[in-house]
Amino acid sequence: MVDNLIHLIEIIIGTILVGAFGILFGLLTKGIDRKLAAHMQWRIGPPIIQPFRDVKKLFCKENIVPRNAVTWLYNSAPIICLASTIAVLLYIPLGSIPPVLGGYGDVILILYLLTIPSLAMVAGGFASGSPFATVGAQREMVLMMSYEFPLATTVIALGWKISTLHPGSVAFSLSTFARYPVWNIMGPFGIIGAAILLVVMLLVTTGEITKVPFDIAEAETEIAEGLFVEYSGKNLGLFYLADAVKTVVMASLIVALFFPYNLSTYLASHISLPTIAWQTVDFLFYLFKIEIVIFFAMTFIRVSVARFKVDQVVRVYWGYLTLAALIALLLIALDVLL
Amino acid sequence: MSDKKARPNRSFDKSLWVFHVNTGSCNGCDIEILAALTPRYDVERFGIKLVGSPRHADALLVTGPVSREMVDKLKRFYEQVPDPKVVIVVGSCGISGGVFHESYDLVGPVDRIIPVDVYVPGCPPRPEAIIDGVVKAWMKLERLRGENK
Repeated sequence: MVDNLIHLIEIIIGTILVGAFGILFGLLTKGIDRKLAAHMQWRIGPPIIQPFRDVKKLFCKENIVPRNAVTWLYNSAPIICLASTIAVLLYIPLGSIPPVLGGYGDVILILYLLTIPSLAMVAGGFASGSPFATVGAQREMVLMMSYEFPLATTVIALGWKISTLHPGSVAFSLSTFARYPVWNIMGPFGIIGAAILLVVMLLVTTGEITKVPFDIAEAETEIAEGLFVEYSGKNLGLFYLADAVKTVVMASLIVALFFPYNLSTYLASHISLPTIAWQTVDFLFYLFKIEIVIFFAMTFIRVSVARFKVDQVVRVYWGYLTLAALIALLLIALDVLL
Repeated sequence: MSDKKARPNRSFDKSLWVFHVNTGSCNGCDIEILAALTPRYDVERFGIKLVGSPRHADALLVTGPVSREMVDKLKRFYEQVPDPKVVIVVGSCGISGGVFHESYDLVGPVDRIIPVDVYVPGCPPRPEAIIDGVVKAWMKLERLRGENK
């Protein structure tokens, strides 16, 4: 009983810490992204702390609820969106720090949880009672249905490979992914397959965090910010935070699946440091990996290309990326058979 | 004009989101506004951003003499911007009617329809002048802070 209580308190404190980390680091990441994007466009760009100012400003603005909105849904959607995004982060290891809810769920659960923020956004969009928001919500659903399949294929291909090599292990647990890094267990075909899956995953991330070229749901030039058209003040600020946390979540997922390497496993035998110091080093290394992933999945892509049309998005995900993911699955299957 | 409850804090000075309304302008001012967003002037480094929905905006940037069709729309745009807010009129047309001042279709200038805080004259004004107008808008927000304290 007492053990359970202590465990519960640990989880609660962990949740608060991870939530604070997700929000603060997410905002910082957004700032770095804007700065890098500005430099790539030959501009100076806003200071890195700009997203903090934006959020601070949004939280003191008037919160308008449209007359024909479904008020309770309209107001609760941003909270659900932020809360569920932070919940996903609880299942992902941060560097060598194990996840807060590590023993309670695996990648399959993460795949399901990842749909909740999008569904909350869709619900909020429909609840705002604006034609633009309705169009945006429908587009968000299209987007969600499009990227789910390549995402699931990626996870299943990697999990299946690990489970065939190490039948005793818990196949889809992220700690298993961390114990057997993808690139170490693959043969030549498997490495090609895993590289394809990495590209697929990076592009799925761009869609998941709805950035250019897949930001059809909040296209500000055609449908006036789409889903968020009616949101203002605090609610918009919460969506802004959720977006920031989601960026960290998706990047962490890629890092956990593809680059779960920690500096401590390689350097601990050469340099002797206390465990807590190694955890700090690993954590900083993990933040660095996240920034690299976000640069390729978000900044680089969004600066380079323009927005796709709705049908093009579906074609990219259901056509090209699904095809690529299936080819990668076959390559990995070949790797297992040979 | 500002709601008593919604008080601007210091972050407004560093993060001003702008919604652009064209009420029948000839596009001259609009192109100058776009010029202010280009890498040469790069207003994003001051935290100024063009947004797609009036609900997200802190400042309403109005260009053009208000034509008959745009009157109620302009009013609705103004009402949709959450408090605290500022209104900036860019170009001679919005200030006095400009070259269109005798037109049969003219209801404006803008300050006959909604309260205006900052006027940026010119046909069209240079991007520097538009940025200066935004600085004036910040001064208005500072004044609001002072009044409400």
